[in-house]
Amino acid sequence: MSTLLECKNLNKNFGAKAALSDVNLTIQSGRIIGLLGPNGSGKSTLIKLVNGLLVPTSGSVLVEGSAPGVLTKKVVSYLPDRTYLNDWMKVRDLIGFFKDFYADFDPNKAYDMLRRLSINPNDNLKSMSKGTKEKVQLILVMSRSARLYLLDEPIGGVDPAARDYILNTIITNYNPEASVILSTHLIADVEQVLDDFIFLNGGRVVMSAAVDDVRENQGKSIDALFREVFKC
Amino acid sequence: MPWTLHPDRPIYLQLVEQIRLKIVSGEYPPGGKLASVRDLAGDAAVNPNTMQKALTELERTGLIYAQRTSGRFITEDREKISQVRQQLAAGQIADFFGQMEQLGYSRAEALALVQSINEEMKQ
Repeated sequence: MSTLLECKNLNKNFGAKAALSDVNLTIQSGRIIGLLGPNGSGKSTLIKLVNGLLVPTSGSVLVEGSAPGVLTKKVVSYLPDRTYLNDWMKVRDLIGFFKDFYADFDPNKAYDMLRRLSINPNDNLKSMSKGTKEKVQLILVMSRSARLYLLDEPIGGVDPAARDYILNTIITNYNPEASVILSTHLIADVEQVLDDFIFLNGGRVVMSAAVDDVRENQGKSIDALFREVFKC
Repeated sequence: MPWTLHPDRPIYLQLVEQIRLKIVSGEYPPGGKLASVRDLAGDAAVNPNTMQKALTELERTGLIYAQRTSGRFITEDREKISQVRQQLAAGQIADFFGQMEQLGYSRAEALALVQSINEEMKQ
């Protein structure tokens, strides 16, 4: 077990608005972590900071000891919350594109998953529904053998059967050297596969623990705890 | 038997209980080889670490054992399995008495009721 990600006194402001305040986190390898919080709590901001798409206002983010950059992008596989892929491209071309970009991308794995989800590699993105596009994007991201997977809302737009398949992919893809951080609102759907969870609220970490510890000590699910902590 | 897991109790404990049940019911026969952690986790749709924790717990109680290179096996000790089976049955019966007590039956009354219902069902 080694430290994959470390955030120290991390702050991010957008103008006068603090999106993240004093976040301290250490993520070890071999874990599946749920990043949970209400809308606007800073989940995507945190993921973007780890991925190097945003720069901290103060504090530091280290991925395997390095600040986000070319080196860390080799080991981080990121699923953004919106698509950045060109929608005139065919799935087959996207697979080639990813293969050119990432040394750890395995096209066979991608084709295998496409088959399981009945997606035609010769279709272009433009012709696909929102959910299918999301599936394609997730397939691309999960076909890398990265050390850290950052999945921003991976199951939000897909149907329950595909949701199960995606979670199953995350489980069977499990590797003690790697960790998965996934942000979502659909806690009941994911909590069974999580090791740990992080609750974010108003840009602060309000709670982080192992999921089974909460069940053991408080006798409630993470979903129930979330509803209690974030009661409106 | 499919896996049924409730999110409000530790998942690893529920896995221990359900695997134990599969062993005492014979679904996993004595001496049989257990699937890999990854396969079992995929099958139950749980995190592999959680499945690992459950198997470690079952190893500790002696119902399964690990062979360094070839994987995990169900114990061949049938005596042990029947002991666990009896413990589980005793737990069920204690629960039953508890529930009957809430309905206002003493143990003797509950037993008599079991007898008479058993007779009725025979007919």
